[in-house]
Amino acid sequence: MSLTLVALIILSVLTAGMIFTFIRLLRGPSLPDRIVALDLLVTLLIGVIATYAILNDQSAFLDVAIILALVSFLGTVAFAYYIERRV
Amino acid sequence: MRGRSEILATAARYLMPLLIVFSVFLLLRGHNEIGGGFVGGLVASVAVVLYMIAEGVQAARDLLKIEPRLLIATGLLIALSSAVFAWVVNRPFMTGLWWKYPLPVLGKVGTPLLFDVGVYLAVMGTTLMILFTLAED
Repeated sequence: MSLTLVALIILSVLTAGMIFTFIRLLRGPSLPDRIVALDLLVTLLIGVIATYAILNDQSAFLDVAIILALVSFLGTVAFAYYIERRV
Repeated sequence: MRGRSEILATAARYLMPLLIVFSVFLLLRGHNEIGGGFVGGLVASVAVVLYMIAEGVQAARDLLKIEPRLLIATGLLIALSSAVFAWVVNRPFMTGLWWKYPLPVLGKVGTPLLFDVGVYLAVMGTTLMILFTLAED
């Protein structure tokens, strides 16, 4: 299989995952469900960026993925802090 | 306040040096490639904010040692001083000057890098001032 075909399959699977995660984000009965969905959405986005970087042979995109991973970790921690303060 | 989380404090202790090294990397690479003072400053402030969430606002202030307000002022002063250098060699204000000999780790050094360092400090100071004020409420 060519690299392009593999990348396209990976991108479509990740997109399907993002759609289902987004449905969970919209419906999620409780706030923790939504926060986990948001974290998963960012993780899937990191996968999309990494695939795109391989597809276009652009290593610069990987730095975006690193920053996104670090910032989303901070965001999840901040949300957890907020939930803990609320109860 | 609730008790501090040991897991988060340990994670923050290992993540902080990584974030600071990465922010300096972004700052130094910034002139011709992706990165620069603004992103570097944001990543550096993320490192301090992580420590703030793990250990509390007062601990983060003690870690920083210098008031965020002073950080903004220092950054603006450094950025301004980079613009003045051009006057010394009789060129128009804010002309970018590069030193001929590249340094081993830093690469090419010049006034644009000095300006980026100023932006880095100003962005870091602004972000931290906003977040410290919000967290202290």
